[in-house]
Formats: sequence, C-alpha cells, structure tokens
Amino acid sequence: MKEISMFDVIGPNMIGPSSSHTAGACRIAQIARRIANEKIVDVRFDLYGSFAKTYKGHGTDRALVAGMLGMNPDDERIKDSFSYAKEAGLAFTFKEKHDPAFAPNTVIIHMVDQFGVTYKMRGESVGGGEVMINSINGVEVNLSGEYDTIVVKQQDAPGVIARLSSILANYGINIAFMKLYREDKGKIAYTIVEVDEHFDNALFEELRKDKAILSVSYIPRLEWD
Amino acid sequence: MFKSAKELFALTEKENCSISQIMVKREIEVFNRKEEDIYLRMEKSWTIMKQAAHKPIHQELESMGGFLHEEAKDMQAFIESGKSFCGELVDKAVLYALAVSQVNASMGLIVAAPTAGASGVLPGCFVALQEVRGFSDKQIIEALYNASAIGYLTMRNANVSGAQGGCQAEVGTASAMAASAIVELMGGSVQQSLHAASHAFMNILGLVCDPICGLVEVPCQTRNTIGATNALICAQMAMSGIANVIPLDDMIEVMENVGRSLPATLRETAMGGSAKAKHICKGCK
Repeated sequence: MKEISMFDVIGPNMIGPSSSHTAGACRIAQIARRIANEKIVDVRFDLYGSFAKTYKGHGTDRALVAGMLGMNPDDERIKDSFSYAKEAGLAFTFKEKHDPAFAPNTVIIHMVDQFGVTYKMRGESVGGGEVMINSINGVEVNLSGEYDTIVVKQQDAPGVIARLSSILANYGINIAFMKLYREDKGKIAYTIVEVDEHFDNALFEELRKDKAILSVSYIPRLEWD
Repeated sequence: MFKSAKELFALTEKENCSISQIMVKREIEVFNRKEEDIYLRMEKSWTIMKQAAHKPIHQELESMGGFLHEEAKDMQAFIESGKSFCGELVDKAVLYALAVSQVNASMGLIVAAPTAGASGVLPGCFVALQEVRGFSDKQIIEALYNASAIGYLTMRNANVSGAQGGCQAEVGTASAMAASAIVELMGGSVQQSLHAASHAFMNILGLVCDPICGLVEVPCQTRNTIGATNALICAQMAMSGIANVIPLDDMIEVMENVGRSLPATLRETAMGGSAKAKHICKGCK
C-alpha cells in the first residue's frame, strides 16, 4: 500500500474544479506529450464516460490542451490554454465517444508530430489527480507516471533486452519495473522501463546507437510541486 | 507510524506531543523530508488558500458551468452593510468558504483539501480565525498539520471521494479535519481534537453528492459553508467538554459504511437528489 503524505491530504495545489476531471486530465496529456520526441502539431482527444458527459463544465478540455503544452496542473494559464495552443501552433479537437469497456474517466489521445508521425495513447483519471496510462501506440501498458519511464521501440530480436539492461546498469540506473510488449512475433516490440534515478542525454545517445532500437522516449516522473 | 486515531493518541501521550508534531515526525520518518521543507510546502498551500479566499470578494467571478457568479461579493456587501447576524467568525467562515468554492469552479488555483470539491472548508475556517483572532501564519500552518492527520486517517481507513462515499466523504472529511485542527489552535487537548472530528463526521453523516449537471458548483459551494461552520461548532462543543460517544476510528468506519449504503444515484452521478429537482433555475436571483 502506498503511504499517504500530508500533502496528499492537503494538496495537490491545482486549478479547479475537479482533481479527476481537471488535474488528472492535465497529467494524462502531459505524459502523452512526452511519448513523442518531436513537436506535436495536431491532437484529437476522444473522451469516454464522465469525461465525455461533463468535459466542458469541468474544464477537462482546457486541462488536456494545457497538458499537451506542458503546463502543470497548478498552472493558472490552464483556463486560457486554447489561446496558448493557437500561439504554439497546436491544432486540437474533441470527440465524445462511448465504450462501456473503458473506465469512467478515459481519454484516447491521437497526436501528429511536425513530420506527420502519429502517436496514440489511452489514459484514465483514477481520482485525486492520479492517473493510469493503459495503452501506448496500441500496446497495452500500465503506467502511473510516478517513476521516470523509458519507452523503447525495438526490433523483436534476441539480445536487445540484455543490451538495454546492461546500458542502464553502466549508467548506474536501477530498474523498478520493466515490461516487454510486442506487436507481432519477430517484428516490433516495446520495452517500458520504470527507473528510480534521473538520467541524462548520454544514456539516450547510447541507446539510440543500437541498431535494433528504433526509438527511445523518456517520460520524467510527474511531481506536484 | 500510526494507522488509527487510537495509535495517534497513544503516540501523543508517549512523546508528549501535539497531533501536529506527530504528523510532522511521520512526514520526516516515512518520506525522508526535512522539517523546513515540510514547513515551506505547507506555507505555499496556506498562501494559495488565502489568495483564493480573497480573490472573488470584490469582483464577479463566473463559474465554468455558469451557476456561480458573485456569491462571495454579495456576502461581503451584506457583512459590510452591518446587517449580518451570525457573528464575525461565522460571517467570515461562510464568506471565505463561498469564495474559495467560486475560485475552484471558475478554474482558479486552489488547494484540494482533501478534494477540490471541498476546498473551501479549511480556508473558510482558518482565514476567518486568523483575521478575527490574530493567529500568526506559523500557528495556522501547524493547525494544518493537525488537519492533515485526520484526513490521512480517513483516506487510509475509508475514502474521501464523492463518487464512492457521497458529500459526507468530501465535505464531511474536510469538516472533521478542520474541527480537530481548530481545537489544537484554540489550545484544546488531543482528546478534544478527536472528539471534535467525531462530532463533525456525525453531524454530516449521510450527506449525499448530487451535483447539478454533474458540475462542482451547486450544491457544492454552499455545502462548503456547512463544512466550515460545522467545524467551528464541533470544535467549540468538544472544548466545552462535550465528548462524542463514538471514538473517531469507529466514526470513520461508520462514515465509510454509510457511503457504501448510498445508492449510486446519490454518489456524484448527477442522477438523483438536487440534480434531479423538477425546476432548476440557472443564473436566477
């Protein structure tokens, strides 16, 4: 059981009106933005359950756009995020959807970067501003955003995982959780590594040198203050 | 370090400490934080509470859903007119609870305590107490440590979500947190703090979560005023020697059980209670 801090009780400091519909939405989008290494120019938010029903009155739409722009849940610019998006050259749309299989506050974020590459992420807001990422580019995952996370897209070939973990070890990075997912046998696989330590660019450069590694993204842990 | 009010009480006896001091020790021990960092972080939250409490008092501040406009401004004008009749402390507690709820509903900066929906309760009590009784920021910040101990026990052993437990879990918990903290601030005993929290839960027991249009606006805003004033009343009762026959741990369990018994229509779904009233007038005066 995760310990509860006094700042989980009195906190988070956040833009209202709802920790699940506003702060949580902002965090999901913040994580989505990190999946792409390039600038996102177009985003579509598919909203499910309570998100679809009450997103305007809860500012869920503004919080999602704010998160895509990298704003934190306590950023007073969230209310005006639509105009900041315009300035930043980010186009956005919302779609109300229905799927009883998804948790009540679910959003699927479809992103297009400046080179036309598409990304897709599904997340849910689980209450108190906490979130869970369920799917990245069609691969089922289970991320809370509480750890620094490395998402590696690689060829599904022998030895890749061994090389990946030895590079991490060389940089003194301790692995908290590691999961491997693959699209089809022998084709594309994803390794999601949640780690204890922060790390720097040199590690990325080294990972990217590996011919079997197709892309590497880094999702820093989200902190409230 | 402690998992129940009973253990918390035993610790305060054993170490001859207040609830707030034990809560700080727990934060240092469990999260490896420095005492001055804890203070600075709580000071930041307190600053945000004070700002939110004063923001809508002289200006209209419309909520996202359009139900809230200038409640804090109206209340301030009424107080200034000399016609208010609840006494200065209650006048201000109501005023600031209204104000913070309005800031929350209009996408302003607030401190979820324990939730955004109940964010007006603690500032309602403590901004009022500071202004009326002259407490220093440091004294109030220590009271907030005490409040967080009660919120921690409730989060750990029950829940504070309207969707799970109704408004009693949100505003009820905020009110119990405030009641306990007010007792410590006013010089009461640890036992009185725990009784005050029990009173607060018991008084609000069963309160449903029935937001009109599913928004955190009506009845959330006025429910924050009952949370704040209830806390003041319960703290005063406890300090006058009125004990609650149900210990706080059991009261928290009772609250959780009542929450589970509430039908889904009365747990934040906007499918019952006020949300299903026959006539709902938006922006009427």
